[in-house]
Amino acid sequence: MAPKDRKPHVCRNPDLIRGVGKYSRSKMYHKRGLWAIKAKNGGAFPKHEKKAAAAALPEKPPKFYPADDVKKPLVNKRKARPTKLRASITPGTVLIILAGRFKGKRVVFLKQLTSGLLLVTGPFKINGVPLRRVNQSYVIATSTKADITAVNVEKFDDKYFGKKVEKKKKKGEGEFFEAEKEEKNTLPQEKKDDQKTLDAALITSIEAVPDLKSYLGARFSLKAGMKPHELVF
Amino acid sequence: MPFKRYVEIGRIALVNYGKDYGKLVVIVDVIDQNRALVDSPDMVRSQINFKRLTLTDIKIDINRVPKKKTLVAALEAADVKNKWESSSWGRKLIVQKKRASLNDFDRFKVMLAKIKKAGVIRQELANLKKQTTA
Repeated sequence: MAPKDRKPHVCRNPDLIRGVGKYSRSKMYHKRGLWAIKAKNGGAFPKHEKKAAAAALPEKPPKFYPADDVKKPLVNKRKARPTKLRASITPGTVLIILAGRFKGKRVVFLKQLTSGLLLVTGPFKINGVPLRRVNQSYVIATSTKADITAVNVEKFDDKYFGKKVEKKKKKGEGEFFEAEKEEKNTLPQEKKDDQKTLDAALITSIEAVPDLKSYLGARFSLKAGMKPHELVF
Repeated sequence: MPFKRYVEIGRIALVNYGKDYGKLVVIVDVIDQNRALVDSPDMVRSQINFKRLTLTDIKIDINRVPKKKTLVAALEAADVKNKWESSSWGRKLIVQKKRASLNDFDRFKVMLAKIKKAGVIRQELANLKKQTTA
């Protein structure tokens, strides 16, 4: 039988204060209908037969006893979760980056990755910030939102941004590392194409809002008389 | 030098300290040398120290301690809200509030507008200067 959607049952014995219920044991017995259950079962409470416990295999004595008592580590049931996202940060929010190479840049938020970092893009054509990860703590969320519905961010995750692991090359006789290093510093064409396709859709929706493009292109800075604790972002 | 704004029944005052900061209230009765009974359509009638009030130019015609309904009717009749919002003091407060509530994007747009306005003015000035020297 498929379980029906039931309304959650109200407590039968509400608390007068913590630890003291409204109804006594005998009243609760009546309320729960235990008398009806007993009557249905012929005067006694229905029992079921205990399941025969499977015979435990005889334990073999261990071959080795450690000299001192070995301490067992305490059980830890904590699960790793991505950082709680501030309520002011939703997909499409314009964020102000506060630290790092792009400090002061206004940037569009795309999504939160499983590591907890925020996936963000300039867009690259507007302010030079590529698809990048940024920590929530180093960001001010403004109340301006860009339209992000035309953008597909499914394929980007933490692995996309991870450092590429090179296979260890055996030292060939006479080969030096210098020849290899020159190849590594350029960005693969695939990532450049990803940036372009993502930004194309985003830029059209940004240009629809007057002044938003130049807003994203400008850096944020505190000027004279601006008090951060009084500013509304 | 003589005083122009008096504490009297019906004087509109601005609260400048406390929970009701920024509200316009009517002085409805004087309790003693330091305190008045004030009332406003959106607050419970209460006492307040004169030090927390700033008197305005506006005065309405009411009896001592009127009923709330009469008070509201008298405020409507004297059109206090519009008089306040069209006075230079009232307008300044509205501008201050608007500026405080601007978000980052709005401040950016204001900056662009200021630059544009300054550009237009400078252009006009240059034209005028050319005319006078020509």
